[in-house]
Amino acid sequence: MKGFKIIVLAKQVPDTRNVGKDAMKANGTVNRAALPAVFNPEDLKALEQALRIKDQYPGTTITLLTMGPGRAAEIIREGLYRGADGGILITDRKFAGSDTLATSYAISLAIKKMAPYDMILAGRQAIDGDTAQVGPQAAEKLGIPQVTYCEEIVSINHKKVTVKRRLERGVETMEAPLPVLITVHGSAPECRSRNAKLLMKYKHAQTITEMQEATDDYIELHDSRPYLDIPEWTVADLNADEKWLGLSGSPTKVKKVTNVVFKAKESKVLTDSDEDIERLIIELLENHTIG
Amino acid sequence: MNNIIVYCEIEEGGIADVSLELLTKGRKLADRLNCELEAVVVSNEIKGIEKVVFPYGVDTLYLAFDEKLYPYQTLPHASVLTKLFEEQKPQIALLGATSIGRDLAPRIASALKCGLTADCTSLEIGDHRDKKQKKDYHDLLYQIRPAFGGNIIATIINPDTRPQMATVREGVMKKEIFDPKYKGKVKKLKTSEYVSKEDFVVKILERHIEKKKIDIKSAQIIVSGGYGMGSKENFEMLFELADVLGGDVGGSRAAVDAGFIPHERQVGQTGVTVRPHLYIACGISGAVQHRAGMEESAMIISINKDPNAPINSIADYAIIGDVGEVIPKLIKFYKKNAK
Ligand SMILES: Cc1cc2nc3c(=O)[nH]c(=O)nc-3n(C[C@H](O)[C@H](O)[C@H](O)COP(=O)(O)OP(=O)(O)OC[C@H]3O[C@@H](n4cnc5c(N)ncnc54)[C@H](O)[C@@H]3O)c2cc1C
Repeated sequence: MKGFKIIVLAKQVPDTRNVGKDAMKANGTVNRAALPAVFNPEDLKALEQALRIKDQYPGTTITLLTMGPGRAAEIIREGLYRGADGGILITDRKFAGSDTLATSYAISLAIKKMAPYDMILAGRQAIDGDTAQVGPQAAEKLGIPQVTYCEEIVSINHKKVTVKRRLERGVETMEAPLPVLITVHGSAPECRSRNAKLLMKYKHAQTITEMQEATDDYIELHDSRPYLDIPEWTVADLNADEKWLGLSGSPTKVKKVTNVVFKAKESKVLTDSDEDIERLIIELLENHTIG
Repeated sequence: MNNIIVYCEIEEGGIADVSLELLTKGRKLADRLNCELEAVVVSNEIKGIEKVVFPYGVDTLYLAFDEKLYPYQTLPHASVLTKLFEEQKPQIALLGATSIGRDLAPRIASALKCGLTADCTSLEIGDHRDKKQKKDYHDLLYQIRPAFGGNIIATIINPDTRPQMATVREGVMKKEIFDPKYKGKVKKLKTSEYVSKEDFVVKILERHIEKKKIDIKSAQIIVSGGYGMGSKENFEMLFELADVLGGDVGGSRAAVDAGFIPHERQVGQTGVTVRPHLYIACGISGAVQHRAGMEESAMIISINKDPNAPINSIADYAIIGDVGEVIPKLIKFYKKNAK
């Protein structure tokens, strides 16, 4: 069987586990530059599902598609080190402030430009927003079916794919025709690690913007190896209607943001002595907290 | 027209709790906005479903009944709702933030090009002034949700698009009968006008849904254990304490990851949100993602050997000590003093 053409949607996300004071801008958007940036965990798992298909069906090509600032090219390299065949970065100031609707619009235009394809894989959700919306919204804009929360791609041929999906309270096995968009759940297996050979091969993969500072020799070397080129697509490349992008294309607005400050309550500190604990129990019984 | 509509999820032939919670909230919002509350059920035929729905104060119940519409599938349900929303033009549409709601809502929002906020923990009505355009908006839906890994709480609005769509997590809103005798209208939808053959290209080959689920959300007392419990065996103590107090057992993600308890019992941002009368946190440090799921408990007791554990700062009582000693004492003194 000939291989498949797979697009993996990936996002570079701020590591929300380490949020400092300076991480928020005054307008309520996230100051991504102030945080360490990582490959969104469920997107990596989506990549692994694609790589497994490639293992099984040689000739399969995997292209990463990411939207973000210039530095998001980092995760394309991360994907190349693990076995992806290429990656495209959608980047433009005009995308700034996009909510999931505007983002899915831009992504769907890029995907149309990459057509034909057999399958789009994406993480279920990104850890910075936890919305799980961009995948289904892109599928709707492309007019293709979606299968969300994939735990395993059970089998695939050129007509259809069988997917096991994880629900809150169980599992479902679905059969969907190609092309289809599949979002991958956190319960799917981890992505393999970087491959040393691929790391050597792709460590100089760069976008045009990243090449700005390069020496002539470096540029020459780069040009002789087209696989090192990470294309950058802008609004113009996508032929996008600007009214559906950025803030104007985003029906949701952030009205207010409050940092989670946990108000320190008047807490009573007790020891583990018999007296302290018995007194606590009696108090709880008296005020009917426990019966 | 311009009403509030709630998508009612079907679970084992009945309406899911989360949808009843949304109806409860929807009724309050409808009263505030002076509009009607509507509900929609998309399923195979369920006799008498209106008797369950109307007491929540529902004025109109849309029924899209067809054998092929159960179990849930994305495309046909999205088609029914998209068309219904186009016809009825609700100002607010609410869905549960469940496997179903989070799969379905974005598909509809994309088709209608309207705003959608996922996983709201609170919904309010309020005004907004767009300072740039000097434009005032009245009675918008404030969609309040934790964002950015639970580190911030964001209020989201959709000033210009309708419906204002939001999903809400299960268990964060109260479920309350509005009036047991409340009577609304039933409107049966002719499903052939709402779905097409192409909506059924995806097939469900197999389905295993666990029937009776662990559900700690309704417990009034929750004894919760963290990584500091040390082992699965030590969790037995928590079950015993919960048992004598008449509560249930929860845990932190670290305890789930370590295999001490199943994920259904996880409290926090990626688990369930609970608001019991009493929450006893045993060997839990109190990471922000954990607190997001329990900080609204009426009373919090922490048991931690580290006096500086963050959980202590939100606890009403912080017992500094080893869980292995403190928990048996709690059981012992409870038994001694309770009548
Ligand atoms: C996106 C995201 C989502 C998350 N979602 C959740 C979530 O939903 N729920 C959740 O809980 N976490 C969640 N987490 C993880 C969270 O950040 C913490 O890692 C986790 O809550 C820590 O669990 P813990 O308190 O049990 O473990 P630890 O942080 O390891 O704390 C153990 C505590 O036990 C105490 N201790 C140890 N031994 C004893 C003893 N013998 N007696 C008394 N005390 C003892 C220690 O002093 C310590 O305070 C999430 C993280 C991320 C990044």
